[in-house]
Amino acid sequence: MDIVQFSKEIRRQTLRCIHSQGSGHVGGSLSIVDLLAVLYSKHMRVDPSEPRKAGRDKLVLSKGHAGPALYATLALKGFFPLEWLDTLNKLGTRLPSHVNINLTPGVDMTAGSLGQGLSCACGLALANKAKGYDATVYVITGDGELQEGQNWEGAMFAANKKLDNIIVFVDCNRMQIDGYTADIMNVENIQAKFEAFGFATQRVNGHDFDALDKAICIAKSQKGVAHCIVMDTVKGKGVSFYETMGLGVHSTAVTDEQYKLALEELE
Amino acid sequence: MEMRKSYVNRLAQLMRQNDKIFVLDSDLASAGGTKPLYAEFPDRCIDVGIAEANMTCIAAGLAAEGFIPFIHSFAPFSARRAFDQIAVSVCYSEQNVKIIGFDPGITATTNGGTHMSFEDVAAMRALCNVAVLDIVDDVQIAKALPDIVNYNGPMYIRFMRKQTERVFDEDYEFTFGKADKLFDGDDITIVASGMSLIDARAAAAALRERGVSVDLLGIHTVKPLDEQAIIDSARKTGRVLTVENHSIHGGLYSAVCEVLSAQCPTLCDAVAVRDKITQVGSLDALKRDYGLSADDIIARAEGLLAKRRV
Repeated sequence: MDIVQFSKEIRRQTLRCIHSQGSGHVGGSLSIVDLLAVLYSKHMRVDPSEPRKAGRDKLVLSKGHAGPALYATLALKGFFPLEWLDTLNKLGTRLPSHVNINLTPGVDMTAGSLGQGLSCACGLALANKAKGYDATVYVITGDGELQEGQNWEGAMFAANKKLDNIIVFVDCNRMQIDGYTADIMNVENIQAKFEAFGFATQRVNGHDFDALDKAICIAKSQKGVAHCIVMDTVKGKGVSFYETMGLGVHSTAVTDEQYKLALEELE
Repeated sequence: MEMRKSYVNRLAQLMRQNDKIFVLDSDLASAGGTKPLYAEFPDRCIDVGIAEANMTCIAAGLAAEGFIPFIHSFAPFSARRAFDQIAVSVCYSEQNVKIIGFDPGITATTNGGTHMSFEDVAAMRALCNVAVLDIVDDVQIAKALPDIVNYNGPMYIRFMRKQTERVFDEDYEFTFGKADKLFDGDDITIVASGMSLIDARAAAAALRERGVSVDLLGIHTVKPLDEQAIIDSARKTGRVLTVENHSIHGGLYSAVCEVLSAQCPTLCDAVAVRDKITQVGSLDALKRDYGLSADDIIARAEGLLAKRRV
C-alpha cells in the first residue's frame, strides 16, 4: 500500500473505531493521521509480532485522546486484529479512549492527563542511552497541550541532557476545546519557544508526506540536540464536513450517515 | 546515625549489586543526602532541577524500560505536588517507581507550614496498588531497603532525614507488610507508625509503670496493612489507640478503623493531627502543639481505658 492509500486507510479505520462508539475525538485524531502514516511506513522500527521488543523505536502519544488514530494505525500494521477497533471504550476493551501502555500492543506509554508525555519520553530516551540502544522516542503533543507547564520542564530537561534520540511533534491544529488556541491562550511562537529551550526545530505542513519524511530524516541526522517538528495541521483533516465543522470537531459524533459519507470521500 | 546517611549508605551498597537502580533528585540531593551517590554512579544519578512533576514522569519512563528509579524530595513535593503524575504515569501505568518523601509531617520543623505534609499517606494510600511505608529510624530504613528494591510496583516511603532516637537494634529483621510487636500486653493496643513509634514506646513504658499492660505494634507498612496483627491484638485488648504524624483523615487511624469496623468492631481513638493548619517550630514544640507527644499518647490511652468496651 502506498502512503497515500495507507493514510486514507488509517482515516477509514479511525472513523470505524469512533463510529463503533457513536462519537469521540474525531478532530485531533484525524489531524495526526498523516504523521502516523509517515512514521509507521518509513521510520518506526517496530515488530508487530513482538510489540515489546527490546531496542525498538517508541511513540509517546502525549495527546492521548487521539488514541483511535493510533489504534487504527497499529491494527493496520498487524499489532492486533482490526475487529478490536469496534470495541473502543466498551467495558473490558483493550482500546480505551486515551492510550494505555498496559492494555494495547504497540502503545509505548500511557497518556491522557495532558503534559506528561514529553517527561515520560525523557525517561525512555535516558533508558535507551543507558542500554546503548540506537532507538528513537517520538512524542506527539497538541498545540493546546503546550499550555500545560510540565511540557517546558520536559523540554528543559531534554535540551539540557542533549537527548538527540527524542523527536517531539507538535500537532498545531489551532483549536482546543474552549476555542481557537490563539484566542484561549496563544502558545505561538512554538518554534521559537522550543529553540529558546535549546531544541533544533523545524516547521512543516503536517499533511505533506514528503515534508514530514524529510523533516524526520533531518532530525535524525543532527546529533547532540533534541528535536522539535511543529506541524501545521487541520483538525478533522481528510473528511470535508469534519474539516469545516469548526470547534465542535474536537469531540463529535460519527453517525451511520456521516460514517458512510466519510468512507465515500476516503475511497 | 542520621536516617538520610543510613539510607544512602545502604542504597549505595544495593546500587553496586543492582545496576537497574536509578536515583533522581529535584534539587534536594544535598539536603536529602543522595549527593555522594553522584560521584560513584554518575550515569545513574540525575538531578532534574526544581521540577517534581517532570522527575516523576522521567522515572515512569525509566521504569517502563525495566529500571528501578528512586525519586526524592520533601514529602509535600514528592507526594502532593506531583500527585497527578504519580496517579497517571506511575500508578495507572503500573510503573515500578519508588517515591521518597523526606521530613513528613511535623518533622519538617523549621521549614514550616509550606513544607509540612499531613495528607501524604492518605493521598498515596488512596491510589490503586501503591504501597506506603512510614519508617521510624536509621536501622529500619537500612533493613527495609532490600525489600523496597525487590518489591515490584509503585511505593511511597516517608521518613525524617535527621537522627532520631533508635527504636530497633542491629538484629532487627524487617518484613514488608508485617507489624513489629514491641510490647505484649492485655489492657490496650497502641498502633504507631513512623516517627510516632518513638513516642508511643515511651508512652507505653510509662503506662506500664502505672500498671497498664500495653500491646504495642509498630507499623512501617501502612499499606498493605498487617490486618491480622491488628485484629489479633484488638480481640485481646478490646481497645485500640493509633498514633501517627499525619492527619486523622485517611492515614493509619483510617486504615486501622477500616479493618476493625469490618472484621472486629473495637473501641478506637487516635493521636493524630485534627484539622489543624500547618506551622513552623521545633520538633518538640510541634509535638506538643499538635498533641503528638508521649504525654498526649498517655492521656488519650487513659481516656480510652476509661470508656466501656464495645
